[in-house]
Amino acid sequence: MLKSNYSLEEGVLTVRLSGEIDHHSARTVREETDTLIQQKRPHELRLDFSSVTFMDSSGIGLIMGRYRIMGLFGGYLRVVNVPEGLEKLMILSGLGALKVIERQGEARESA
Amino acid sequence: MKALNEMELTFESRSTNESFARSAVAAFIVQLDPTIGELNDIRTAVSEAVTNCIVHAYKDEIGIISVNVRIMPENSVIIRIRDKGCGIEDIQQAMEPLFTTAHGDERAGLGFAVMQSFTDKLTVRSKPGKGTTVTLKKTLSRRLSDG
Ligand SMILES: Nc1ncnc2c1ncn2[C@@H]1O[C@H](COP(=O)(O)OP(=O)(O)OP(=O)(O)O)[C@@H](O)[C@H]1O
Ligand SMILES: [Mg+2]
Repeated sequence: MLKSNYSLEEGVLTVRLSGEIDHHSARTVREETDTLIQQKRPHELRLDFSSVTFMDSSGIGLIMGRYRIMGLFGGYLRVVNVPEGLEKLMILSGLGALKVIERQGEARESA
Repeated sequence: MKALNEMELTFESRSTNESFARSAVAAFIVQLDPTIGELNDIRTAVSEAVTNCIVHAYKDEIGIISVNVRIMPENSVIIRIRDKGCGIEDIQQAMEPLFTTAHGDERAGLGFAVMQSFTDKLTVRSKPGKGTTVTLKKTLSRRLSDG
């Protein structure tokens, strides 16, 4: 089960995810998020992973796809509050190089 | 080597079964008293293998997936995930990190790389038109409680 909660504030679209991200569950979130990006044109998409309890490579696909779409619209992506248990996968994916991943407790305050 | 305990699951290649399969395997392996990290590694690797059967092997159809788990001596576990789907033409190429045949689908091409690094041994056997068998082996750390 994966739940998502969307909020838009000052051009920042925050998606709070909770539960397990796999190929099955990623689909709805992907569709809902992309619809909101197209409608609201946020300058930043913030994926909050604090309550994500499991993720496989489908989660990497989800992040990379949103990174691309935000780039197309001239905005950027931040993946925040990544739990310790998911770090191994994030590192393996090479997503670190995109500089969009922030660990749990690593609050980089946005201006 | 003879297994100390064994179980097998067969289920249809529906994406709702991805979470069922990894949870069932994890529940079976709890008897080895794995660490949270080890259990998560196994759940992730199983999720990759089962998702590949659903997404690639049985791309436009529903087929049968079987998952066999054997608890072996010396605290190790062997998990075999099998489909009778389309098979893989070039296994070596398929296993290369970032290689994917499903570009439009947001696949990262990382499934095999994840299986490889989250377990101790990954073996892939496949025949085009016949299906694919993925075998994962992992040895768990011995913990103090010698249950
Ligand atoms: N069971 C299978 N049957 C047929 N082809 C497979 C199977 N498993 C993998 N493949 C092939 O191997 C390729 C690589 O698999 P891998 O899991 O590494 O990446 P992916 O599934 O494409 O992407 P990701 O796993 O990151 O979502 C796939 O794109 C597919 O062509
Ligand atoms: Mg895969």
